[in-house]
Amino acid sequence: MTGHYCDLSNSDVFLTIGSNNVECHPVSAKWVQKAHDKGATWIVVDPRFTRTAACADIYSPIRAGTDIAFFGGMAKYILDNDLWQKEYVRNYTNAAYLLDPGFDFDVKTGMFSGWNEQTKSYEFSTWGYQVDETIPADASPTGAFAWTTEDGVPEFTPPGNKVPKKDMSLEDPQCIFQIFKKHYERYDLDTVSAVCGISVETLELVYKTFGSTGAPDKAGTIMYALGQTQHHYGVQNTRAMGVIQLLLGNIGLAGGGLNALRGEPNVQGSTDMGLLVHNTPGYLAWPTVAKYPNLRTWLDLETSSGGFYTNKPKLFISQLKEWFGSNATLQNDYGYDWLPKLGSDNDVTTMSTFELMNTGFIKGYFLWGQNPAQSTANTKFAREAMSKLDWMVAIDIVETETASFWRAPDLDPATIDTEVFLLPAALPFEKAGTVVNSGRWLQWRYKAVEPFDQAKPDLEICDLLWKEIVKLYKDEGGANPEPILNIKWDYDIDGKIDPRAVAQALNGYVIEGKKLLTTFGDLKADGSTASAMWIYAGFYANNDAPLDPSEQKVGARGREDKGGLALFQQWSWAWPLNRRVLYNRASADVDGKPWDSSRSLVNWTGDAWDNNDVADFVASRVVDGAPTPVAPNNNAFFMNWDQIGRLMIHSLDMPVPEHYEPFESPTDNALNGRENSPMIRFADKESVKKGTREEYPIAVTTYSVVEHWQSGSQTRHCPALVEAMPHQFVEVPEKLAEERGIKNGDLCRVFNNRGSIHVHAFVTPRLHTLLINGKEVHQIGLPHHWGWASMYSTGDVVNDLAPNVGDPGSYIPEYKAFLVDIEKA
Amino acid sequence: METTRRGFLQVSGLAVFAGLTYSLSTQTKAFASEVDPDWKLIRTEESTSVCCYCSGGCGLVISVRDGELINIEGDSDHPINEGGLCSKGASLFQLRNVIDPETREVIPNPNRVTRPLVRRAGASDWEELSWDDAIEEIARRVKDTRDATFVEKDKGVIANRCDGIASLGGAQLHSEDQYGVVKTMRGLGLVAIDNQARV
Ligand code: SF4
Repeated sequence: MTGHYCDLSNSDVFLTIGSNNVECHPVSAKWVQKAHDKGATWIVVDPRFTRTAACADIYSPIRAGTDIAFFGGMAKYILDNDLWQKEYVRNYTNAAYLLDPGFDFDVKTGMFSGWNEQTKSYEFSTWGYQVDETIPADASPTGAFAWTTEDGVPEFTPPGNKVPKKDMSLEDPQCIFQIFKKHYERYDLDTVSAVCGISVETLELVYKTFGSTGAPDKAGTIMYALGQTQHHYGVQNTRAMGVIQLLLGNIGLAGGGLNALRGEPNVQGSTDMGLLVHNTPGYLAWPTVAKYPNLRTWLDLETSSGGFYTNKPKLFISQLKEWFGSNATLQNDYGYDWLPKLGSDNDVTTMSTFELMNTGFIKGYFLWGQNPAQSTANTKFAREAMSKLDWMVAIDIVETETASFWRAPDLDPATIDTEVFLLPAALPFEKAGTVVNSGRWLQWRYKAVEPFDQAKPDLEICDLLWKEIVKLYKDEGGANPEPILNIKWDYDIDGKIDPRAVAQALNGYVIEGKKLLTTFGDLKADGSTASAMWIYAGFYANNDAPLDPSEQKVGARGREDKGGLALFQQWSWAWPLNRRVLYNRASADVDGKPWDSSRSLVNWTGDAWDNNDVADFVASRVVDGAPTPVAPNNNAFFMNWDQIGRLMIHSLDMPVPEHYEPFESPTDNALNGRENSPMIRFADKESVKKGTREEYPIAVTTYSVVEHWQSGSQTRHCPALVEAMPHQFVEVPEKLAEERGIKNGDLCRVFNNRGSIHVHAFVTPRLHTLLINGKEVHQIGLPHHWGWASMYSTGDVVNDLAPNVGDPGSYIPEYKAFLVDIEKA
Repeated sequence: METTRRGFLQVSGLAVFAGLTYSLSTQTKAFASEVDPDWKLIRTEESTSVCCYCSGGCGLVISVRDGELINIEGDSDHPINEGGLCSKGASLFQLRNVIDPETREVIPNPNRVTRPLVRRAGASDWEELSWDDAIEEIARRVKDTRDATFVEKDKGVIANRCDGIASLGGAQLHSEDQYGVVKTMRGLGLVAIDNQARV
């Protein structure tokens, strides 16, 4: 979330799209309701008339997978009807920047300029700005890169800063504003209506209502979840929403923003932590063989020419110091070469790992509370792939479908040689530690009870394993033991591994005297500071009580609310630096005056900043040893090198979001000549088994219910929840039910080339038969929480049906829109 | 009852949340004298926590007596949920304990795995093993696989990568657990590391 849950109470208009927040993030509804009670309008766009829709003022159905068409139409409507926030767009976005003259989009082929058929990817030379000049990096004593000359800082070449050409009148045909406008000319109401299956009247009402937040003193928010991300263009769905919020001047405002309601209690934390192929903790690039063969190339390429990331080497070197401790020195590039480097021969994100297990390339598998035999796309294939593993170690609280994949109903244990270890994990309240919610609040969980019987916290399990492996390598040697033996592993307190010691490492410290840091501004690239996770600097920084979480910001329980905007600045701590609303500089005009004085996050009084939130911009600078206020400028997005929001940008698959159809779609693409995005991942894999709309005419979307959670490996073990939602079902629109002779409660078979499941029918008017490009399309809905492994509630695995194709940036599978057929069993 | 309880928590102030889970017993006893001796929260020690389902981060108050879980409810001081919990949060207690339908006694949730288990090649069921044996056996397999699939150089560049092992998950863990996972898995040389954020 760019904001946080309580901030929802500050909105004028809500758009819930790709989320069923009343059911799936119930507490969010509490804050929406507070605004609703004050007169805010709530719009819900969803393939199903969900419980969220039932609370809304305006509901619109939509065909799953057509969000870019919907938002493209909204962009056109906002521009055509002059609803955009002009001062905001002109000053805080790249609307005025001139784009490379080679930029082009060919509607006939559905391709942008720059496609390279050999590499099957885009080259970005035509997607960039026209540049006036490049200002060389300034390493003089007063320059942004002065610190690079200090002792201990590794050598590298800071980049020069490009100065793009602009036309502040926004009239130049080559300026982004004009190109953007032209791009969406095709997205007129009639076309969008036909693509999405929404009537023109409803579309107009939704566009007009949300577009009203373009008024400078209005705040509109978008709440989304996996309904937007689980598509092979999921990243572009998200960008489309971001672009709308920039056009309407909603990013950075109290009650504004783009709010991802994330799917797991600490998935914000696990994303922050770099439990992902391409990141180190804190969103830095993981080293690769091809791009970053040594520390110098990493620093050269990753250091930004402008904005905050000019400081990136400080973050990375401090991370290496936390990782390797005193073994990391300037002479050995702070241990850079001990980090494993990604190769370019194999993709190793989740879906690809199953292909690699299937061929025997991956032989061992650790699972930390995740259940892919139930939850990944094309689970049947994933289970078959797992059966080729030599060994698996599942750390969990129950026997999940994954831990017991060898006894899946469709496999024969006698033929599977995989050795599976199942280690009992402690529950969240059987251990202590931090969780990060969607609003980026870090909160401490105290240990309330001892773990059951022999269960252990995951950290302790890591510790036991690590110490044993280190011992083996010390005693026996083996494939390069150096990276293992040089790691610093010193998180014991009183002789036992302790999360408080890890919290200190995450927070960061000055190595000399282990002084905890209150800000990442104090990190150095000279090896004198250590920090596992720069964005958490300050959450656990009280040097007077390093062993007492309740005396740390992470344990703060102050109820004060300075400014009355439900920021709750004294309750827990939000990364970064306890900032509650990201990009809050944009909540005020170029002179620093809030667009709406009743929702003031930051305010320039003429000689100082009077802020209710922690400034997300350079608000003060040390001049002659004293902090001095910095007068307002338009650098409202200072994490970007160009320090502005981007309507168009270099990105992997599209410089501006363009509609393509789902991998398995019930219709042709009416907006351009290409069916799927050219960058779709894994569509060519044999395991995918694409079905055609002739074979499988029914569109399906998968979703969650309030009583269960994800793969059900917690909730299907709680009798009260099982009683409330005892078994699986398929939602079938009335018209389809009539056509197929299906009655409410009938057992049905839902199937495609990948799998076949049996579920009971729930015939309902909540799902609609839509008119798509002139033809009727039925959509059905499948909740996805069931599997065979539970004492209380079992069912078939819905994800056996989902296609294992995905987005080129996020590698997230397309669970939300694919094709099946349904029949009475 | 609700108001009294909340009042109590506020009066005890920070002591309640001092991070020492069992620091409350004295105050709780004093409180106990004011209430019905049959009240289920009598003589309990309390600590705060956070729900483990959606990313809302709703606050919890957890009550424990003699080291065993007695109750979990919404934290009424918490600014996000203001004491409320949804159906999942409200049933958190059952992750640990359930009521035996026959005896009506509170018993450990029988679905929980509480001992290390191994399923041997071709076997159709689990065997129990000790933690020591489990760790020893796993470490051996990890080393064998790492040694057999380690890539020290890739296209002439130092890679120090272990190709043969993958790691998945972490979004349910505490951040400190996550760092433990990322550091040990990356430390072994794994690059195939993902979690629920990829779903
Ligand atoms: S109680 Fe419900 S709404 Fe609150 S965090 Fe838990 S799952 Fe989310």
